[in-house]
Amino acid sequence: MEGSRDRMMRALVWAWTIAVIVFMYLPALSLFLASSTASRYFIFPINRWGFDWWQRTFASLEVHQLFRTSLLIALCVTAIAVVIALSGALAFARYEWKGRSVYQKIVLLPIFFPQTVLGLALLLWFNALGFTMSWQTAVFAHLVWIIPVCTLVISIQVYSFDPALEEAAFDLGASRFQVFREVTLPVLLPGIVSGALFAFLLSWGNFPLSLYTTGADTTLPEYLYAKMIAGYTPGVPVLGTVSTMAAALLMLLGYLVVLVLRRRRVDGAAGA
Amino acid sequence: MLTGLFAPGRRHAIPLMLFLLGGFAAPLLAVIAFSFVPSRTFSLWQGWTFANYAEIFASSSYITFFWSIGLAAATVLILAVVCYPVAFGMARVFGRYSTLVTLLFALPLFVSENVRIYGWILFFIKNGVLLGSLKSMFGYEPESVLFTTGLTLLGMVYVYLPFMLFTMALGVSMVPGQVRDAAFDLGATRWQVFREIDLPLAMPGIVIGFLLTFVLAVGAIAESKVLGGQRVIPVAHDIEIAFTYAQNWPLGAALSVLLMLVVGVLVLLVLRRFDLDTILGRR
Repeated sequence: MEGSRDRMMRALVWAWTIAVIVFMYLPALSLFLASSTASRYFIFPINRWGFDWWQRTFASLEVHQLFRTSLLIALCVTAIAVVIALSGALAFARYEWKGRSVYQKIVLLPIFFPQTVLGLALLLWFNALGFTMSWQTAVFAHLVWIIPVCTLVISIQVYSFDPALEEAAFDLGASRFQVFREVTLPVLLPGIVSGALFAFLLSWGNFPLSLYTTGADTTLPEYLYAKMIAGYTPGVPVLGTVSTMAAALLMLLGYLVVLVLRRRRVDGAAGA
Repeated sequence: MLTGLFAPGRRHAIPLMLFLLGGFAAPLLAVIAFSFVPSRTFSLWQGWTFANYAEIFASSSYITFFWSIGLAAATVLILAVVCYPVAFGMARVFGRYSTLVTLLFALPLFVSENVRIYGWILFFIKNGVLLGSLKSMFGYEPESVLFTTGLTLLGMVYVYLPFMLFTMALGVSMVPGQVRDAAFDLGATRWQVFREIDLPLAMPGIVIGFLLTFVLAVGAIAESKVLGGQRVIPVAHDIEIAFTYAQNWPLGAALSVLLMLVVGVLVLLVLRRFDLDTILGRR
């Protein structure tokens, strides 16, 4: 009796979850369908399928430039975010120190903040400092909320890190730099990779912060937004689908890397 | 061990704190300062005034606040019901599929929200995926529900779902399985276990999920612009207009300050009560 009710509950939870997943992917499906029509406007059911719009979009020089700008911003954000967040995560989760719990909450504040307002605040601030908006100011703006996210992601790995490992290395006469390179870094690597992945993807997909801080440079999400408001072509769903699939691919790749790193660590620990 | 200014913990916190000082605290202070300068000026040094705040309360623009808060609250309530079974499943039912489910829910976070919202337009628009299918299969042609307040809400529920789900799942995974088993062994019903064990023990994650979703949703703008046809104007939209088309930065700054007050008070009140080590760490 109890068993069958349990099975029923599990089935219900599965069914509900699958329904929610379908809900989450309906827009992506619609984008894909709209991108694969041969006509200028989207009419469903599609009577003329075609991938001309994919070709046309990929051949566009403007789109190449957008990809370059978005990529440049995301790569800079990732590089800077990982360094600052790694240090920040050690302070967050590794060391006991006075003021740590206040510090933990300060780190959360930019995440718990409406991004549109943050973007406008940064615009105002850059303006007051006399900066011209460009992709560099956008990198800075992205960092304001991506560094805290990245710090949280790495912290979760740091929590499972045993400080005794570092101390043992020190006792065996390793220098500070050696300890960091040979002990701390390898152990934390899965967390650092996930943090980098988050940083890259969140920057790549960011719209509210880019909107106010890129100035004359344009990122992919900004361009798509402008096109949605005025001047729809099936190029919009093409680029939407491409960015969804690129994010999926990258996430999967990152996940596999983290998996391999974890396994190697477990094997290493078993071998030692 | 070392204490004082150069204790290792404090030393490692310095780069991040310096960055947030220049990138978060300073811009917010600039906004606060700007909210006190005369309307339509772009310099901080022209005397101070409360006129911008007076203008907000004299006009009807405070109504946008109520819309934003109401929509955000509705989003949170709907998401609480939608996400709990999924979060529960991730911790207790899915087993080795749990990672797959997590990845599926995380992916949308990495696609720009305006693109995903646009997918809904293509879904709901006349001759779009939904209405086109209905028409061709059943010959049934209802009005499109696009550009209504209900669709704004759907867009918000959709955009903020992962934020609620992941924080909630963090909370649900804090509930120890043995405690639940013990309660069942002692004859507790499913409802009793939910009310007396699952809910209270998962509460930190649930409350933080509520907070995060509410705060983000209160600043939502794209949903009403793209899906809602601006049937209702959220406060973030007013702020944006003041900063861009109207070129009235002081008014935009004053509206931002009011929004920051709502958000800030809420965040500080809630976060004060939780120990993040136990939520994130599980040592």
